[in-house]
Amino acid sequence: MHIAEGYLPPVHAAAWGVASAPFVVHGVRALTREVRANPESTLLLGASGAFTFVLSALKLPSVTGSCSHPTGTGLGAILFRPPIMAVLGTITLLFQALLLAHGGLTTLGANAFSMAIVGPWAGYGTYLLFRRFGAPLMVGVFFGAFVADLSTYCVTSVQLAVAFPDPGSGVAGSLAKFGGIFAVTQLPLAVSEGLLTVLVMRLLTQSSKGDLLRLGVLARPEPKRHEEAAA
Amino acid sequence: MSRNAKINTLLLALVAALAVLPLALGLGDHKEEPFTGADGEAETAITEIEPDYEPWFSPLYEPPSGEIESALFSLQAALGAGVLAYYFGLRRGRRQGEERAAARAEGAPSAPDADTDA
Repeated sequence: MHIAEGYLPPVHAAAWGVASAPFVVHGVRALTREVRANPESTLLLGASGAFTFVLSALKLPSVTGSCSHPTGTGLGAILFRPPIMAVLGTITLLFQALLLAHGGLTTLGANAFSMAIVGPWAGYGTYLLFRRFGAPLMVGVFFGAFVADLSTYCVTSVQLAVAFPDPGSGVAGSLAKFGGIFAVTQLPLAVSEGLLTVLVMRLLTQSSKGDLLRLGVLARPEPKRHEEAAA
Repeated sequence: MSRNAKINTLLLALVAALAVLPLALGLGDHKEEPFTGADGEAETAITEIEPDYEPWFSPLYEPPSGEIESALFSLQAALGAGVLAYYFGLRRGRRQGEERAAARAEGAPSAPDADTDA
């Protein structure tokens, strides 16, 4: 989903950079706070970052006959909330821009906006919505990751459509074109990402109940809450 | 295999199926170069819309060949997978250690902290 280096006009590149910067700065603060308050979170934070590392290196074939990759941002957004994912996602993008010529420095702002900001927020919002209406944890996790992935590619399509409106049919025409390239390709990949995120969350519920309780992903059993209130 | 392991295997199999089906069904056959990156297609689309557009910045470092590029992508995946494996390995080890400690404490009821389940 990365917009390649130099492929956004300078004004657009700068505007997306300005739009992303506050989210990333706020994210860095949230991350420092989390690590200071709960040093035991560091491990799981690393694991969440590692998950986006693996998934965004995983180029998979899709129904449109082209390849794309998942983003892996839904997991961290559900575990640690979206601001922290703004940092972890941007680090992944920076790695790919500097070492792989995948994405770019001039397009980092735009790519961070789609993958590290909108994706995590949309995914987290979806997860919360499902949970609020009583959906089981894993159903919420699946749709959260699915939406985090798909919304990222929709934003990329919008970013390119706004920068390169079709001479005949305008922004809408371009959006159809870029949406066909990115969003349609991404549909099955978003399902894959949902399934993989559920798999990791299942492993976490088996291995790290304590972390998930502390982060509020798993609900505390009632009596324990009373103990805490008393303490 | 436990029920948990069965569900996890099923999830992985589904992901693998989603990746293999487009290849097996030949969904890329209508293209000159099937299964290229969507990013590259977007670049082509940009040049179709604005034939005069020239990228105004080029990457500081570009992998010299496709092989080096895939090596670096594998490195990225390996780094991520390594950290994930470390995390789950550490957690599993800790849990087993705690279980063993708890079992030992149960075996010796005179121990002062025999009834803590932390």
